[in-house]
Amino acid sequence: MHELGITENIMDIALAKAKEAQASKISRINLVVGELSGFVSDCIEFYFEFLSKDTIAQGAKLYFEPVPLQLRCRSCSMVFHPQDTLWSCPECQSQSVEVVGGRELYIESLEVE
Amino acid sequence: MKRIEVVQNILEANESIAAQNQRLLDKHRVFAINIMSAPGAGKTSLILQTIAKLKDRLRIGVIEGDVASTLDAEKVKDKAAAVIQITTRNMSESCSLIANMVDYALKSLPLEELDLLLIENVGNLICPSEFALGEHKRVVISSLPEGDDKPFKYPMIFADADAVIINKIDLLPHVDFDILAFRRAVKGLNPKAEFFEVSCKTGVGIEAWCSWLLNEVPTSAHKTINEGG
Repeated sequence: MHELGITENIMDIALAKAKEAQASKISRINLVVGELSGFVSDCIEFYFEFLSKDTIAQGAKLYFEPVPLQLRCRSCSMVFHPQDTLWSCPECQSQSVEVVGGRELYIESLEVE
Repeated sequence: MKRIEVVQNILEANESIAAQNQRLLDKHRVFAINIMSAPGAGKTSLILQTIAKLKDRLRIGVIEGDVASTLDAEKVKDKAAAVIQITTRNMSESCSLIANMVDYALKSLPLEELDLLLIENVGNLICPSEFALGEHKRVVISSLPEGDDKPFKYPMIFADADAVIINKIDLLPHVDFDILAFRRAVKGLNPKAEFFEVSCKTGVGIEAWCSWLLNEVPTSAHKTINEGG
């Protein structure tokens, strides 16, 4: 739904960084995407193909490194990946939890020529 | 082949515009609230009730965000000190307000004549949680007909809320909504959230919500009261 805007941001960042490095072609963009970040990678790829036309990023591969959801229990401090929809702590069953991983959305690196 | 380390947040552009919006609001001593909910939960009704209650204490501006139509802006038009409608249908992000839409709206609002800005986000429990707008507080409305399981289905919007409003409380005898279970689920994600049980139809609970809001607005923003003596 808002992947077009996200893809525009990815393009802006990648083109700026590639320019800084005086690269003539971007061959790969490595992205880190948390499980909770709510973006659809197919959708980003679709827009990317369209937006990158006639730029040095045309034909670049997008690689999405997923980051699983990680919670920290506020009662016993256990860090875990939830196994149920209630997000209860497997150690003490508390449902008071803090999200410590899975909201990431960033460009990790570029591969350029 | 060369590798360039980037490590740059893709939403950074939005976040920096949001920070800029907040600086502009602070400069004009305007306190901004981002109101988020599913479609039909009562964002516009809450805004109308809030204006009715606080209009003698604060000068209130409204930003209406919708995919299409100006229906909400028309409802609010005669009540608020100023209203701007943003329709997102033809924008890259149609499912949520984002910081540069608010930046545009702020340029069209008479900020020096406002104390409080109520920003009605697009009806959606997913995307608005990703985009800061420059608001000072985030408010999420859940209404009884939606069911009490929403904190489990859309956790992030509840995890970041400063206040959670349970609206349509007058429907309690008619729907299966376990208020305690709902509050427990939100508290689990967000121990600091304040709760208000209201009915925008009957007016129940609006008083408590408005006193909280009035208390949150820094006294420096009470320009009407200060300047009016």
